[in-house]
Amino acid sequence: MSRVPLPYTQKVLDLFRNPKNLGKMEDATVVAVSGNPACGDMITFYLKISDQEIIEKASFESYGCAANIATASIVTEMVKGLSLESAWEDVTWKKVTEEVGGLPSVKFHCGVLAVGAVKRAIRKYYEQRGSAPSWLPKELTFEEKQALEEEELAKTLAKRLHVAEEK
Amino acid sequence: MVENVKELLKAHEGITHEVYLDNENSTAVPKDVVDAMLPYYNQRAYGNPTLTHKPGWEAFEVIMKSAQKISKFLGAKILEEITFTPGETEANNLALMGAAFANKHKGKKIVISEIEPINVLHVTELLQKFGFTTTKIPVDREGFLNLEKLKEAVDKETVLASIATANNEIGTIQPVKEAIDIVKDKNPDALFHTDASDAYGRIPLNVQDLKVDLATVSSYKILGPRGIGALYVKEGVNVDKILEGQIGTQKLWPGVENTPLIVGFTKASELAFQDFAANVKRMSMLRDKLADGIFAELSDLRFNGPKGDKRVPDNANISILRCEGEALTIELSLKGVYVSSGSACSRRLLQPSHVLVAIGRRFSEAHGSILMKTTRYHTEEDITYVLNVLPSAVNRIRGIVGSTGVD
Repeated sequence: MSRVPLPYTQKVLDLFRNPKNLGKMEDATVVAVSGNPACGDMITFYLKISDQEIIEKASFESYGCAANIATASIVTEMVKGLSLESAWEDVTWKKVTEEVGGLPSVKFHCGVLAVGAVKRAIRKYYEQRGSAPSWLPKELTFEEKQALEEEELAKTLAKRLHVAEEK
Repeated sequence: MVENVKELLKAHEGITHEVYLDNENSTAVPKDVVDAMLPYYNQRAYGNPTLTHKPGWEAFEVIMKSAQKISKFLGAKILEEITFTPGETEANNLALMGAAFANKHKGKKIVISEIEPINVLHVTELLQKFGFTTTKIPVDREGFLNLEKLKEAVDKETVLASIATANNEIGTIQPVKEAIDIVKDKNPDALFHTDASDAYGRIPLNVQDLKVDLATVSSYKILGPRGIGALYVKEGVNVDKILEGQIGTQKLWPGVENTPLIVGFTKASELAFQDFAANVKRMSMLRDKLADGIFAELSDLRFNGPKGDKRVPDNANISILRCEGEALTIELSLKGVYVSSGSACSRRLLQPSHVLVAIGRRFSEAHGSILMKTTRYHTEEDITYVLNVLPSAVNRIRGIVGSTGVD
């Protein structure tokens, strides 16, 4: 059990209590997930993308702590109305952390995971279309790698501790 | 960061009822206990008990009387078998390190269970650097020690076994008597330590009947002040001290004895034992009302640890599926209900409660677990209040999880 003190900011608490853009989106263009229930940290992002490649709507669901919920929620706010290219370039985990008024260092990965999910969604959108714009790097970004690493870590740990696999 | 806390606390304004159930991690100290302690700060016995003046002799007297009382509650033979330490952590460090170092000529193998308190796990890791090896005995799905594996693990090289009497997270009461017999049967020279912090004041405990060599008890686990605990060391058992300094009345723990805390710990023990049967009955009645009520209100739950008389009377540990524990502790806090969780959410290492993992819970079940401990000071109204606010808190968190959760 962890015993790290977690004095969340007012903004984190507000978003935890009244999350914006919460819930499954039935008409989403693309859905992406990052994290793993084994981590106690999992986000699903729903994006509605216009023909002009503008994010018209974004929503989320989160299995995670208050910081996870707050960062996921703020990311949906941040990407709304942006072109896919701007969402890819401008929404970084550092900006997400700033937007929620800062996070305890042990919670930085929540913002990373949220941005990782958005980047996965954008990648998936172009995969579905079978074409990729020149600004989309082939290599995984920091946030995508971190999300992947967290997912792998949970699996490794579960194996080492002989924990039953998550369904 | 301190400014953030101000805002967090402000968010709690307007709470109409508060129920503190996180007695695993710290407790409120009852007024009777505080009142008993206060005179010892500045009215009497504030001297150093080793010095030759009235306040010193007063301190010596009250410390010895306190040790006498604690030794009686534990069923020890003489008061010299009691060493006051600054708490359970320190008592366990002294027991394991002190016994291992003093008896290393007999062997360098240590045996513990998979669900020992974190401090025991960490001390055994430290002892590896000094050439000691540790075998962790598995437990079953209710947290009971596998006695067959214990028997296999103990041999002539075993210097020490340490098995908690009752688990702090899931309340399992171990068959300590049987475990001691097994260890001593295979190696009469091996020492046996038990962390009895979660058993003391909750189940009958007698160190002489158990034939245990070392036993830890903690003050705050019985609603005494924090910062004080005790280690029982059976007469004749060799233990090295682990801290250096001026030795006073206690040869195993240097430094000036903390008289007010010792008095508070003793008073808390007296209150726990003075109506022992009634206290136990009350704790378990409230705990059952709490746990049964939660199961009546919500679905997709797991009750962690055994039920019935093999569980300590105050402990309720429930995994709430599709609900992340840290988020739930915050949601409940905003409604005046204070609990802790086995979630690992604030750790990059992603390791949830090692106890829940050891009994075979999946990670998500551990992340969604809450731990609550009732005391004789809770009322039925307190429990009713918790049962009123908990379902909506869980449902809100489950609403955020939506289809993202599994199970």
